[in-house]
Amino acid sequence: MDIFQYHFMQNAILAGLLGGITCSVVGVFVVTMHLSFIGVCIAHAAFAGALLGLWLGFNPLIGALLFSLATAAIIGPVADRGELNPDTSIGIIFSLMLGLAFLFMGLMSGARTEALNLFWGSILTVGRQDIIFLAATAGAIVGLVAVFYKEIQAVICHREVALAVGIPATVIFYGLLFSTGVTITASLQSIGGLLIYTLILNPAAAAYQLTYSLKKMLVIAAAFGVISCWAGLVASYFFDIPSGASIVITSSIIFGLATAFSPKRKVKRWQQVPLTG
Amino acid sequence: MDNRVINIQDAVVSYREDVALQGVSLEVKKGEFIGVIGPNGAGKTTLLTVINGLGKLVHGQAWVLGSRLNGRNGNGLRKRIGYVAQVERIDPRLPISVRETVMVGCYGRLGLLRRPARAQRETVDEVLEMVGIAHLAKRPIGHLSGGEYQRAAIARALVQQPEVFLLDEPTASIDQKAQREILNLIQLVHRQYRTTTLFVTHDLATLPSICQRLILMKDGRIWQQGSPQSMLREDVLTQLYGAPISIPSNIAALQT
Repeated sequence: MDIFQYHFMQNAILAGLLGGITCSVVGVFVVTMHLSFIGVCIAHAAFAGALLGLWLGFNPLIGALLFSLATAAIIGPVADRGELNPDTSIGIIFSLMLGLAFLFMGLMSGARTEALNLFWGSILTVGRQDIIFLAATAGAIVGLVAVFYKEIQAVICHREVALAVGIPATVIFYGLLFSTGVTITASLQSIGGLLIYTLILNPAAAAYQLTYSLKKMLVIAAAFGVISCWAGLVASYFFDIPSGASIVITSSIIFGLATAFSPKRKVKRWQQVPLTG
Repeated sequence: MDNRVINIQDAVVSYREDVALQGVSLEVKKGEFIGVIGPNGAGKTTLLTVINGLGKLVHGQAWVLGSRLNGRNGNGLRKRIGYVAQVERIDPRLPISVRETVMVGCYGRLGLLRRPARAQRETVDEVLEMVGIAHLAKRPIGHLSGGEYQRAAIARALVQQPEVFLLDEPTASIDQKAQREILNLIQLVHRQYRTTTLFVTHDLATLPSICQRLILMKDGRIWQQGSPQSMLREDVLTQLYGAPISIPSNIAALQT
């Protein structure tokens, strides 16, 4: 097929493979721990940090990494201590990050093409450096999951129990939040600050509908993530539509299908049966 | 030889403005089975969190299994302490089976980079058999009933091979038949392993007959303690709960 002859498309396919796997694996943590809003917050922090980098003239990835890690370091304890309702405090940080993003964009002089690219992402223009960063992140995330699988499973499914049996649950929890920050940073260029979170959430949420095994959920989510990226790319190429948007729409369709055909819906229906007698 | 497994002196625990424990001192000998009763908000759960190192002392000291708790060694100690809380609401779609949940009990002792070996898997199988849920091993944990879930929680704690067993309202929110079964199981476990056990409940009807000592807590303090015979009197309990209390017939064995 012609589509695979172009160098930019080969890069995009590679970025889709690596970004799809990494975002989806991280998404499994976020979905299982019911931390969707924390993920959204970290995604917007990365976006704001990248814009700061563009405005001040340093590598936007460094800004994205610093902002996302700092946000993870702030919202973790806020959510843990319960001093404020987590939804409220995370909502405040989220709105602050969105405000900073628009502020940095407003302060930029000249054309803002690069900044807008960070908004929507452009998987068709990813370069060698982005691919290397994505590959390193994918390798690190998959490696960490393999090495610490039993602790991660304990923490994301039974965090209080994990703490009670002597697992360093807090360290693992923050490690998962930081992994989310690094993954979002690595995928920012290709997927975009506004859209990346859908790629984290949708494949994992779809996989959550289909299996009771965490190992299978990780594999299914990664497969859905890659399929979303590749199918979105193909749609983008043939219909001449923005790649980030087509990736997100594809992943949403996969989620819709997984939910419609989920064997777990039987459990939900069973729970909704009112008690009688 | 000092056979105290737990030694708490003048412990004070505070959550912001609320003082949850006020100057509590407690000594527990190896192999004792202690019942902790009192109304809601008496500090019973906080007492257990001091023992497993999750509750932070603002005053006083606590020694558990020979180590003084200092805020840094709690994780190491928790590997040796089994903790069972009351039934919690679990997402029925959670991707973890009963067997995997019970296996979590051995992860603390295993350490970070080691995987469960054949010995751990065999221990899990034996314990699942012992608590009577071997047939549910492959079922998702979120699909269990309250009684079954508590059996899994007890199995998980047993897999830890604990030296201290903390049971925090383990029979709350489950039906009476399941309550009896769980109490029988807890007593069976104590007879078999002689593990030092603290059993917290606000419901007198669920007090195990195996209790050797009763601690009565009220307003963050140990209000009274002594043998079940001396504590399980209607006048004492009425003062403790601040309402007329009659002794449930099923705990009459503790009064003799």
